[in-house]
Amino acid sequence: MCLSNARPGQFIEIISIPDPDVKAQAIRFGIYEGAKVKCSEVINSGPVILQNRMQEIAVGHNLAKKIKIKLVS
Amino acid sequence: MSSDHSTNMPFDLKSHSDKIKLVLVGNPNVGKSVFFNALTGIYVDVSNFPGTTVDISHGIYNEYIVFDTPGVYGVSSFNDEERVARDVILSGDIILNVVDAVHMERDLFLTQQLIDMGKKVIVALNMMDDVKRNGLKIDIEKLSEMLGVPIIPTVAVHKIGLDEVKNKINTACTGNPISGIREKLKEVMPLVSNPSEALLVLEEDENIIARNNIQKDYNLREKIYHQRRERVNEIVDKVVTQTSQGASFKTRLSQMMLKPLTGIPILIFTLFIMYEFLGVFIAQTVVGFTEEIIMGTYYNNFIVSIFEPLLKGHNFLEKFLIGEFGILTMVPIYILGLLLPLVIGFYFLLSILEDSGYLPRIATLVDKSLTKLGLNGRAIIPIILGFGCVTMATITTRLLGSKRERFIATMLLGLAIPCSAQLGVIVGMTSSIGISYFLVYVLTIVLVFIITGTILNKILPGESTDLLIDIPPLRIPRIKNILSKTYTKTIMFLKEASPLFVIGAVLITFMEHFNILVGIQNIIAPLTEGFLQLPKEVATAFIMGIIRRDFGAAGLFSLAEQGLLNDAQILVSLVVITLFVPCIAAILVIFKERDWKESALIWFGSIFISFLVGGILSFILI
Repeated sequence: MCLSNARPGQFIEIISIPDPDVKAQAIRFGIYEGAKVKCSEVINSGPVILQNRMQEIAVGHNLAKKIKIKLVS
Repeated sequence: MSSDHSTNMPFDLKSHSDKIKLVLVGNPNVGKSVFFNALTGIYVDVSNFPGTTVDISHGIYNEYIVFDTPGVYGVSSFNDEERVARDVILSGDIILNVVDAVHMERDLFLTQQLIDMGKKVIVALNMMDDVKRNGLKIDIEKLSEMLGVPIIPTVAVHKIGLDEVKNKINTACTGNPISGIREKLKEVMPLVSNPSEALLVLEEDENIIARNNIQKDYNLREKIYHQRRERVNEIVDKVVTQTSQGASFKTRLSQMMLKPLTGIPILIFTLFIMYEFLGVFIAQTVVGFTEEIIMGTYYNNFIVSIFEPLLKGHNFLEKFLIGEFGILTMVPIYILGLLLPLVIGFYFLLSILEDSGYLPRIATLVDKSLTKLGLNGRAIIPIILGFGCVTMATITTRLLGSKRERFIATMLLGLAIPCSAQLGVIVGMTSSIGISYFLVYVLTIVLVFIITGTILNKILPGESTDLLIDIPPLRIPRIKNILSKTYTKTIMFLKEASPLFVIGAVLITFMEHFNILVGIQNIIAPLTEGFLQLPKEVATAFIMGIIRRDFGAAGLFSLAEQGLLNDAQILVSLVVITLFVPCIAAILVIFKERDWKESALIWFGSIFISFLVGGILSFILI
C-alpha cells in the first residue's frame, strides 16, 4: 500500500521512496526505507503527518502516493 | 590557523587572519542566535552572501572570529541556505553545533555529518528544560562517548551553560565517524584540499564536485546517509529514555492546528488578528502619520524648499528630482512613509508565525488547496506577503522548490493579489457600492486566482515539488529573535527594492515628459470605452496604477466622487485595476527574478486577463 492510504494512529514501515533527492532529504528527518514510524494525522487527500518519537514530518499527498509502506503491529 | 581553502566568502577577513574561525551550526530554530549573541555581544557585521538572499553574521570573541549560519538539516546543496551554510562550515576551524535535546533523532544527523567531515566539533545540547517537561532523560556522558566530542547541556535562553560553552570551545575535537568512512575518504583525498570536501564529494554534492573538477562518480550518498541514520538511531536508542508521557497542552494544540475541522477556524482567527494589526493599525494609523505627516508634509516641504531655487529653469531636471514622480520626492515618501511600516509589520508577524512553529502547520493545512494550483504549502509565505507588497513577495518566491512553482507564484502575485497600498483604497470604494457588488468583486478575484493557477498547473511542463517539511514543536517566540529577523529582512527588502523604485520613477517621469503616458491612454481608450463600457478617463487611472497601485485606485476614487462612474462601472474598473499589471517596481523585480520571456508572459498575460475579465463583467452587469 502507499503512504497516502495510511490512517491516523497506524504504525507503518517505509518500503520505498522514489526520488533520490527526496530520499536524501527525508532520511535526515528519520524517514527512510526500513524506518518504522507512526502516522499521527492525515488531512483528507492532503498531507500525511508522520511521527518518530518527538519528530513530526508533513508529507504532501502526491509524494505520499509514491511512497510504499506496510502496516506493522 | 585560518584555513587556506576559504571558498567564496563575501567577507574581508584579511584583518582577522590570525583569528580562529568558529562556526555556529544547527537545525532551524534551535537557539543558535542566542549563542551567537552571547559570544559576540553587540559588535556584529551582517553580510549578504553573493547571489543569495542569505545573510551571514560574524563577530569577534577573544581569539575567535564567530560566524552564524542559516539553520539547516544537513550539509548539502538542496537550497541557498544549505549552500551558504556548507561553504561557511567548510572554511571553519571549529564547529559549535547547537542541538535541540528534544529532537536528537533529527539534529544528530547533522552532528554526525560534521563529525564525519573530520571537523573539530563541540556540541551545545540546548533546550534541556524541555527534556524534563517532555518526560525524557538523556545520558549525556554516554552521548559524548559515542559521538567522541564534548557535549555541554544548556538552556540558552536562561543563560544556563553558556559560560561553560565559552570556556570549553578549545576542547572541541574530531569525533567518531561512521565506520569505514575514513578508508573511503582516502580515495578522494588526493583530488581535494581536505577531508570535509572529500566527504561531500562522496555524498554527491554537485557544487563541490564541480569546484574540484572531479570526473569520477562515487554515488555513495544513499549508502553513507543510510549508515549515518542507523548510527544516529543507535545513539538515540542508547542515550534517551522516556520516563513519562509529558507535554500535553502543546501536543493537543498542535493537533488542533493540523486537523482541518479545528485548524481552519484557528487559521481564520489568526488571519483576522493579522488583518487588524496590519490592515487597520499599520496601514491606516501608522501610515497615516508616516506618509502624510512626516514624509508627505514635513519631508516633502523641506526637500522642495531646498531644491526648488537651485533647479529654477531646469524644467526637466526639476521633474526628475522633485516632480510628481521625483527621485527625491515620490520615491522616499513612498518607500519610507508607506512601504517601510507595512514591510516591517509583515515581516514582524511572519517572524512570529515562523518562530512559534505555526507557519509549517499553516503550510501543511493549505497544502492540499495549493497543490491544485501547481504550488505546495510553502507558497503560503509569498502569498501572505503579497498582501503587504507584491514586490517583497516576488523576491520571496525564491524559496519555492522549482522554476515552475516560482513562475506560477509570480504570475498569481502579479495578477490577483492586491497589495496593501491598493487594498486600502479598494476597501474604501467597495463600501460605497454596497455589499452585493463587494461580494462580486471578491468572488471574481478569487475565481481568477484559482482558475489561473489551475490552468497554469495543467499547461506548464514539468512537475512541482511536493511538500516535505519538518513540523517543529510549538514554542513561545522570543521577542529579541523576532526583532532581529524583522530588522535583517526589512534591510534586505530596502536594499533590493529601493533601486527598482528609483528606476521606476525615472522611467515614469521620462514617459510623462514626452507624453508617452497620454499616448498609451489614447491607444487603450477604445478598449476602455468600447469593451469595458467605462469613461475614457478611467484609462488614466489604469496607467497611474502602474506607477503606484494605490495611485490607480485613488484615481478611480476621485472619478467615482465626481459621479462619472455608476456602481457597476466602479466594480468593473476595480476588478480591472486589481488584475492589471502590478506596480512598476514589482514589474522590474519580476524581470530581475525571472527571464525576460517569462516576465513578458506575466506582464502581457496580466493585461490580457484583466481586460478579458473586466469585459465579461461589464457585458453581464452594465
